[in-house]
Amino acid sequence: MSFNNTDIAAFKDVWVFCEQRQGKLMPTDFELISEGRKLADELGVKLCGLLLGDKVDGIAKELGGYGADKVIVCDSPLLKNYTTDAYAKVICDTIEDMKPEVMLFGATNIGRDLGPRCAARLHTGLCADCTHLDVDMPIYKNFLKASSTLPEEKIDGMKTAKVLGEDHDVSRDLKMTRPAFGGHLMATIICPRFRPAMATVRPGVMKKNAFDQKKADACEIVKPSVSLSASDIDTEVVEVVKAAKKLVDLIGADYIVSVGRGISKNVQGGIKLAEDLAAELGGVVGGSRAVIDSGWLSADHQVGQTGKTVHPKVYVALGISGAIQHKAGMQDSECIIAVNKNDTAPIFEIADYGICGDLFTVTPLLTDAVRAAKAAK
Amino acid sequence: MKIIVCVKQVPDTSGKVAVNPDGTLNRASMQTIINPDDLNAVEAALKMKDETGCKVTVVTMGPPPAAGMLRELMAMGADDGVLVSGREFGGSDTYATSQILAAAVKRIGVEKDDIVMCGRQAIDGDTAQVGPQIAEKLGLPQVTYVAEMHKTGDTITCKRMLEDGYMTIKVKTPCLLTCIKELNTPRYMSVSGIFEAASKPMDTFDYNTLKDDPLIDPTTIGLKGSPTNILTSFTPPQKGAGMMLEGDDKATCDKLAGILADKHII
Repeated sequence: MSFNNTDIAAFKDVWVFCEQRQGKLMPTDFELISEGRKLADELGVKLCGLLLGDKVDGIAKELGGYGADKVIVCDSPLLKNYTTDAYAKVICDTIEDMKPEVMLFGATNIGRDLGPRCAARLHTGLCADCTHLDVDMPIYKNFLKASSTLPEEKIDGMKTAKVLGEDHDVSRDLKMTRPAFGGHLMATIICPRFRPAMATVRPGVMKKNAFDQKKADACEIVKPSVSLSASDIDTEVVEVVKAAKKLVDLIGADYIVSVGRGISKNVQGGIKLAEDLAAELGGVVGGSRAVIDSGWLSADHQVGQTGKTVHPKVYVALGISGAIQHKAGMQDSECIIAVNKNDTAPIFEIADYGICGDLFTVTPLLTDAVRAAKAAK
Repeated sequence: MKIIVCVKQVPDTSGKVAVNPDGTLNRASMQTIINPDDLNAVEAALKMKDETGCKVTVVTMGPPPAAGMLRELMAMGADDGVLVSGREFGGSDTYATSQILAAAVKRIGVEKDDIVMCGRQAIDGDTAQVGPQIAEKLGLPQVTYVAEMHKTGDTITCKRMLEDGYMTIKVKTPCLLTCIKELNTPRYMSVSGIFEAASKPMDTFDYNTLKDDPLIDPTTIGLKGSPTNILTSFTPPQKGAGMMLEGDDKATCDKLAGILADKHII
């Protein structure tokens, strides 16, 4: 079979799909635009936001403030609410027409619905839920030296990849790094033969640039015509409901106190102690997968490979053994404090400070101690 | 009416995981399990079977031992199974996997009132890509992250989860749904089910079975048909252990709070 997206040189620029819900940009958009800026600079090309919705021109320029040179706005009443069919059609049409070499989506519940559908239609590669992106080889090698256990000589010698049995020069390929097997392994994926190279990117991982009003003002807006009719859409959105309960903002929190299976003998009591400590620190409560699977805390509290990746100033792990899935979501926290009854719990291997003891005894003492230490300042 | 459920046998990543010196996973040392989200898809299909008497077919791509998993699903109540297995399929990324599974589902046959179901994602790769990619290859509408579903006539009303709420989506059959654990609690195998499972029909599709489908082409399946390649795989360095504080009493906690305050962490 032959494919029409193998002429690599015909594809240029980095694009970011900018998700909006109810006419509001998502925080992930700013993270991805900031990361996309870095990649576009490494490639020496432009960075474009791709914004779909109904009357969304007004929010487009803000993306320029984080680094977008241009925002492509696809406007149609049929794009008001997200539907896979409408969004995939408009995005694939626009990509085939304007040919970007890199396309990023946020790995949100919408990005992970849309990205694979588009990649399948365009016949290109998509790497899911990336936590690190590079183009430039020296920068990528420095990343590997800091973040892997690979020997330096091996990293320094990297230049090509075996692709269909031949050596392929990877210097201009997007290098997409992600955890696999629940965080036991990391893998860097490339899409060497087709364009665009596509990735969904884990929310909360990429650092957001400072907003620059001048760049926002200078951002170019283009509005291609949208070819879309109601008959293109096979699903009907009956309603979009915001969660009534305010969801916990783990990603934005500076202090997180998480609970694990260790609270099982008194679940409500354990959560209350965590809440007290979190309140004293000015933070929020999270939980391990065991806690969420048992229904003790709602899914928005979950930290880990299948939950959220967090890097707060302080992460307190109460009664969490430290399964690798959990560590994958919190090991980059600036300071990790672990309280566990079992002195061989793996969480102590990555904790900056460990206390071997019963969380029901230690936590209230720690809350008092933090209160006293803050008062003494 | 029938429901085709795509399932995957995966290494149990919640247990001890061994990594080979070359950075690849030592699969031989690991237990295999039925991917958890896929069990929710099977349960949803079996519930519908309980209500309507529809047929439930389970399909998996994997090495021959994956047939054992299909027998377990038959013992839960699935009517028949299809093992998609062949050397030509090895090394497939999500794109190539979805080509093969879509061809297999097509061969099983998707009629007007049928449903294809998948789990949201598999715990070995965590990509959540194969479901939507099968839907695209089959030209079916998709609803992902399904937490509730109700079927009336040819219309399924789904509660589709978002991070900050949910959408209610109506979709007509045939369609593809991907399921999350909130959808249901999977049932166990029954004793009579285990007896019956051994005599239920099981088919194997290899390359020759599927090769006449336009989706099956050397440029679209297996390692050579995969748009993505692995550049490097590696294990992250362990962050060094920090300070283990002595004791678990007030003095210990005061000492820790003092350190945090001195370092301006709190």
